[in-house]
Formats: sequence, C-alpha cells, structure tokens
Amino acid sequence: MSEKEYVPKSKAGKWFNDRLPLLSLASHLTDYPTPKNLNYWWTFGGILTFCLLTQIITGIVLAMHYVAHADLAFASVEHIMRDVNYGWLIRYIHSNGASMFFLAVYIHIFRSLFYGSYKSPREIIWIIGLMIYLLMMAAAFMGYVLPWGQMSFWGATVITNLFSAIPLVGDSITTWLWGAYSVDNPTLTRFFSLHYLIPFLILGLVVLHIWALHVPGNNNPVGIDIKKPSKDTVPFHPYITIKDTFALLLFMIIFAGFVFFAPNVLGHSDNYIQANPMVTPAHIVPEWYLLPFYAILRSVPDKLGGVILMFGAIFILFILPWLDTSKVRSAVFRPIYRQFFWILIVDVLVLGYVGAMPAEGIYLVLARVGTVYYFLHFIVILPVVGYLEKTEPVPLSISEPALSGSADYSMAKKDNEKI
Amino acid sequence: MKKFKLFFCILLSLIVFNTLKSAEQIDPIKVDWSFKGLLGKFDRASLQRGYQVYNEVCASCHSMQYLSYRNLGEPGGPEFSEEEVKAIAAGFEVTDGPDAQGEMFTRPGRPSDKFVSPYPNVNAAAAANGGAYPPDMSVLVKARKGGANYIYSVLVGYEDPPPGVKLDEGVYYNKYMIGNKIKMPNNLSDGLVEYADGTEATVDQMAKDVTTFLSWAAEPELESRHKTGVKVILYLVLLSILVFLSMKKIWSRVNPEV
Repeated sequence: MSEKEYVPKSKAGKWFNDRLPLLSLASHLTDYPTPKNLNYWWTFGGILTFCLLTQIITGIVLAMHYVAHADLAFASVEHIMRDVNYGWLIRYIHSNGASMFFLAVYIHIFRSLFYGSYKSPREIIWIIGLMIYLLMMAAAFMGYVLPWGQMSFWGATVITNLFSAIPLVGDSITTWLWGAYSVDNPTLTRFFSLHYLIPFLILGLVVLHIWALHVPGNNNPVGIDIKKPSKDTVPFHPYITIKDTFALLLFMIIFAGFVFFAPNVLGHSDNYIQANPMVTPAHIVPEWYLLPFYAILRSVPDKLGGVILMFGAIFILFILPWLDTSKVRSAVFRPIYRQFFWILIVDVLVLGYVGAMPAEGIYLVLARVGTVYYFLHFIVILPVVGYLEKTEPVPLSISEPALSGSADYSMAKKDNEKI
Repeated sequence: MKKFKLFFCILLSLIVFNTLKSAEQIDPIKVDWSFKGLLGKFDRASLQRGYQVYNEVCASCHSMQYLSYRNLGEPGGPEFSEEEVKAIAAGFEVTDGPDAQGEMFTRPGRPSDKFVSPYPNVNAAAAANGGAYPPDMSVLVKARKGGANYIYSVLVGYEDPPPGVKLDEGVYYNKYMIGNKIKMPNNLSDGLVEYADGTEATVDQMAKDVTTFLSWAAEPELESRHKTGVKVILYLVLLSILVFLSMKKIWSRVNPEV
C-alpha cells in the first residue's frame, strides 16, 4: 500500500501489532484514500454488506426454530410466525431481506457496467463479484424452498429438472441432487444444509472482493486513474463512512416499508399452501429477481438449449472485461455506449416482465427478441462500439472539472485529526 | 435527480411484480377493511362475531390447525376475556395421552391446546366432502390472490349458473371463484347465527365478520406490526436527518457538494 507504515502509540498495541497487524489493517481501512467524487451509486457496496450480515443474523435465529423436514417445515414456519417472540419480524426481515439484497446487487452491478468498473485493472474484483452473485442466487433459491410451500416445492422441481437436460448423465445427476426419485425430504434437508453454508462462502468472497478492491482502489464516476493519496481523494473515514451510513438509512426506510407494511407483496400467495406433490400450481414462477433468466430459459424451444443460454447469460459476464474494447471507462464520456447501456436496462426489465407471464403468444416473441438482444449487446455491440465510438475528452484529474477543489488530502486528514 | 432514478428503479421492479396477478377471473369486490392501511386495526367486535360464524358454520369442515385457543384472548385479536377463552376451550374434547397405562383418553380443552380439527386427517376430510379437501383456514387469507377481498367475494359470490353452464352433482357456481366452480355449497343465509351483540346476521355481515376473523388468523401480528413499523420508520427518518446534517458538516471541509 502507498500510505505510511502505521505504528501503534501504546506499547501493548505495538506488541500486539508486531505479532498480528490487525491495528495496521484498521488503520489502512480508515485512511484508505477514496476518490472524493463518488456518487450515491457507490454506496451500494456498504449496503450489500449490511444486507449480507442482516441475512446471516436473522437466518441464524430462524434456524433455531425451523425444522427441516417435509412433514414439519411448513408448520415450523407458522410456529415462528405465531409463537416465537418477534418471530414474524425476524422472518419477514429475512424473506424481504433477500429481495432487498438483490435490488442492491442489481444496482451495484449496473453501476459497474455504467462506469466501466469491471475494466483493467479491476477484472478480478468483477469476477469475484460475479461469483458472489452466483452464490447469492443459489442461496436465495434454496432458501425459498425451505418453507415447503407450493412454490417452494414446484420451483425446486422445475430448477432441479434443468439438470436432466444434460446428455447421458442428466437423469442420474438430477436423482443425485434430489437424494430421492423426486423432490422429497432428502432434498429439503440438503438444501437447508447448503443454505446455511453458502452465506459464509459469500462472506469469504466479500473479503476477497474488498481486498482486490483495495489494490487498485475505487473506480470513480469520471473513470480515470487518480494519484493516491492526492487532492482527488479523501480518507475513507469519516468521509465515505458517513455518506454510506446516510445512504444505508434511506435504504433501510424502504426495507422497513416492505417488512412492516407489505411483507408478502414480493412473495407468491401459493407459498402459504403446504407443498403437495399431487397438485401443480397454475403458473410456476420464480421470485422476481430470477425472472429475466427464467424468460431466457423459456424462450428456447429446446430444453438443453434453454439451459445453456440461461447459464450463458451469466457466464458471458465473466469475460465482459475482455469483450469491452473501449479504453475509456466511464459512460459519462462514451455517448454511444451510454445509449446502449440504457437499452440493456430496458431489455432486462422486459425479460423480467415476460418471465412472469405465461410463455405463449406475444410474451414468447418478446422473450426471444429480448434474449437475442441481451447476447447481441455483449458479443457484438460492446466490442464494435469500443472501436468505432468517438469518446468525449476525459479530464486529467477529478479536481479539474470540479468547480471547487481547493482542499487537499493532507488538509482533510489534518481536519479529521482535530476532531 | 439521482434519488428519483433510484425510486424509479424500485417502482419498475414493483410493476414487474404486479404483473404476476393474472386476469383470468373477475376482480374481487373491494372492501374498505378496518385493518388495511398503515395504521389499520382489526374491529374487535367484528372479530368476536367472526369467530362465532367460524365456530358455528365453517368449523364443521375447515380446520385451523395452527391456532391455539389462547390466541383468542391475546392482544391484537378478538381479545376475549381469560374466562371466555377458558370456556371456549373447555367446550372442545381433546384427545390426549398416552396415560400411565398407555391408553389415549379425551379431556376438555385448555387454552394452550391447538384448535381441534373436524377430521382426523386430510383424506378423511376429502372423503366426507365429495373428494374436495376443505382447506385449512389458518393462513387462507395469505394463500389466496386478493386476500381478504377474495375470501369475502367468494362467500357472497354464489349465484345460479348462466345458461349453458352445466354443473355436476355437488358442484356450485360462484362468480369470483377461479374457474367459477366450487365444491363448497353456499352455507350462509340471513339469520343463520344469532349474534350476542344484537347485530343483524345478514349474509353480507357474516361474510365480512368471518373474513375479518380469518384475516386476523392469518396475520395475528398485524396490529403490532403496523404500530412497530410506524415507530421504526419515524426513528429512521429522524436518524437520517441527523446523519445528513453531520455528513454536510464533514464534507464541507473538502467539497460542499456531497
């Protein structure tokens, strides 16, 4: 790191720090030079950390009362809702927390797409982020199965059946995943086990994500490399911490709005009917955050083709840093890419919409157009636009375009020490 | 502008969600329930009447296995007195055991007992009702699109089938039911129960009362959820104002525009 070596003031502190440099780490985290022009789209990293911890804490409490058994799971959830002190609050925070987590992660991902945060030298941060996103989807899917309602059961049936599309070994793999010859009690117990494991894997990846971030430092809305520390940066604490806290509070207000006043609006009413393998619901739909992928899956008439495209829609993001040929990071200076960015957002929203609709008529047509465009954006538009686009002039430093950028890093640091 | 965009995104995701509501049946009647809205509360008298309708009419076929008799006396619910709850529970025969000799026995119910189900199991319930299992009513309001409005609409939605619609034996026509065919007969008729508080027991009144009762049964935490929610959000708003002002002060050292 570029900052000065940290030496603890107290003797005990120095003794400890020489053996395990936790105090140096804390010092690095508080002083970490951060671009001073980060806007509110950059607060979602902190918000996502909050979401993960909220899910882990509420989840641990729920697991104390939940029973992972096909005959008892549904009743144990009602037990949590009725008999456990504030059980309804803990469960509604956990179930709505999943939606809030995905809302935040989608904003975080699209922020990265807009400002080119995935580009060199931040490819590893981006790839770790995508791995976190994949694990989030797995955790959310398995968590949705646990209440053992109708959508839990049939959602699990549809998703696990996707693996049967694999040639030759598909059926064996599906049976192996189920632990039985259909979705049944062994499926529920293993999903519970994995649902408890995955958040801690995510936590580990989050540490790597932040570690990888702290090597090159944050990207910023202008998208240029900046000197650190310099007059373009502020120390992480208190400047970024206070701003992240403010944004987090606004986010929590929306979160609380759902938890207290519309706790079931993001769920499906069928999941309050206990799972029944003999009765199939009229429409099997996943949770809202998986709908675009569901639309891609169903847009292909062939099962294997649909599965490949659905997974391809995620895996193509892993090579995004090498598909985008533009030297300029931020879409602020990329007039053509900027427009395609907004078209991509509309495309994903359309896919989400048709994912919730029956796969027929106009919806199927829309799903196919949307799917083709999605891949076109990454495979054709991004590389071509990168070559042909005439970008706008990029400033040399953050302070240059700003109206007032008088204070520098060392001054800000000094002020900080006065308090 | 930036905040506007954020809300725009949330709004859009909500619109996407709302499209999940399919349009294959006519919309249920919209009732102005006392428990809707940010400060909604249950109408205590209606809950008590609703319990009476449930107990005298619905309970002969529909179970409510996740409720206990003690719930009837808890705050936010019908709030029967302790003596009333004991009397209600004692009116039911509960199978208990095994005793020291290994025999099962019956005893009068206690407030801690779960609601006694009318049938020993789902198969028995289905067999006694022409093959259709009368669903458990504990979370029925949450388990149906349209919630309370839908339940109420079905209760008052019985009518003669339009010409051309042929119904099998034991199937009835209901304009709000999905597919319009229902195996539950129209069980409500004016004056069917005699309300203790003197309210006239019209079909509409009974349907509203029992739906209110079922809404409480599905969400017994509703009142405390609403009350806590208002406090939580007020607290968060005040805290964000304080944090916003602190942020302005801190950032004024480097950049007045946060």
